[in-house]
Amino acid sequence: MSARTARLTLAVGKRDHIRGPIDAPLTLVEYGDFQCPHCGAAYPVIEEIRARLGPRLRFVYRHFPLTNVHPRAEPAAEAAEAAGAQGHFWDMHDRLFVHQDALEDEDLVSHADALGLDVQRFVDELAEGAHAPRVRQDFLSGVRSGVNGTPCFYVNGVRHDGGYDMASLLGALEAALRAA
Amino acid sequence: MAALQPGTKAPDFSLHTTPDQAVSLHDFRGRRLILCFYPADWSPVCGDQVTLYNELLPEFRQHRAELLGISVDGVWCHLAYAKHQKLHFPLLSDFEPKGDVARGYGVYHTPSGTSERALFVLDEAGTIRWSYVSPIGVNPGADGILGALEAMEGTRAS
Repeated sequence: MSARTARLTLAVGKRDHIRGPIDAPLTLVEYGDFQCPHCGAAYPVIEEIRARLGPRLRFVYRHFPLTNVHPRAEPAAEAAEAAGAQGHFWDMHDRLFVHQDALEDEDLVSHADALGLDVQRFVDELAEGAHAPRVRQDFLSGVRSGVNGTPCFYVNGVRHDGGYDMASLLGALEAALRAA
Repeated sequence: MAALQPGTKAPDFSLHTTPDQAVSLHDFRGRRLILCFYPADWSPVCGDQVTLYNELLPEFRQHRAELLGISVDGVWCHLAYAKHQKLHFPLLSDFEPKGDVARGYGVYHTPSGTSERALFVLDEAGTIRWSYVSPIGVNPGADGILGALEAMEGTRAS
């Protein structure tokens, strides 16, 4: 019974939200929860890492809402997808992590308004649960990949079992770059 | 101490889950069961692990499997913890004699006085079909459990 290496089981592809060049040598996948304080703390670290690595990195965000402890995580995830349907996933992603204290329904609507979205469409899609299947698909892909809490990161497909501080995460990415 | 391996009959036990309520392994005969031994309530890694499994109860139930958490914490501690984490599965108290059930499954960690972070998947007949001991600081996730449950489909034990 040796320790198993957890790997990403759902390859990064067209379905994903990707920041950075599609053919970058490094891929960082985050499974995150918009109401999770640790994910909120990791957000500026990721931004700094993206700035430092530039075109060598593509960053992928997938949803992993822990709905029992974070009751607003699921609506927030669906809101990000609803914004994504209008071409503004990353704008909403950034906004939610910066405003983790404003995730109630009316807050989500005002975020959509601030981003210049078609608010009626946004509200309708949330009411219908139009993006719930996508969020669940992300969640289950994380489960099958060994996600064990949030945030959970994969560096070139292998789970990063260290912390999400700059030294640990950037160190893992630089090591992967040397190994590539 | 080595954890009990697949093919072994899971040792029966009866443990308290609340001050006036006990849960026995044989109550689950005819159903699949996941036993999750973890070191302690309230430690951050455990929090992630039980939180994750709590989210996955629908997936476990699709495989007709129930989940029990087991640690050496007392029942009052378990009650507070389960309430705090909004858990929808029972936490069992392996409290007196301390760690006795963990010892029976080969997953007691004497230096820390707690159980290891160990998982067992039992079939309908109470036979261990999969077991895994994680490094104590590493949350094992749920992929191993789901893989084991999938492997059991179509091989229902009598």
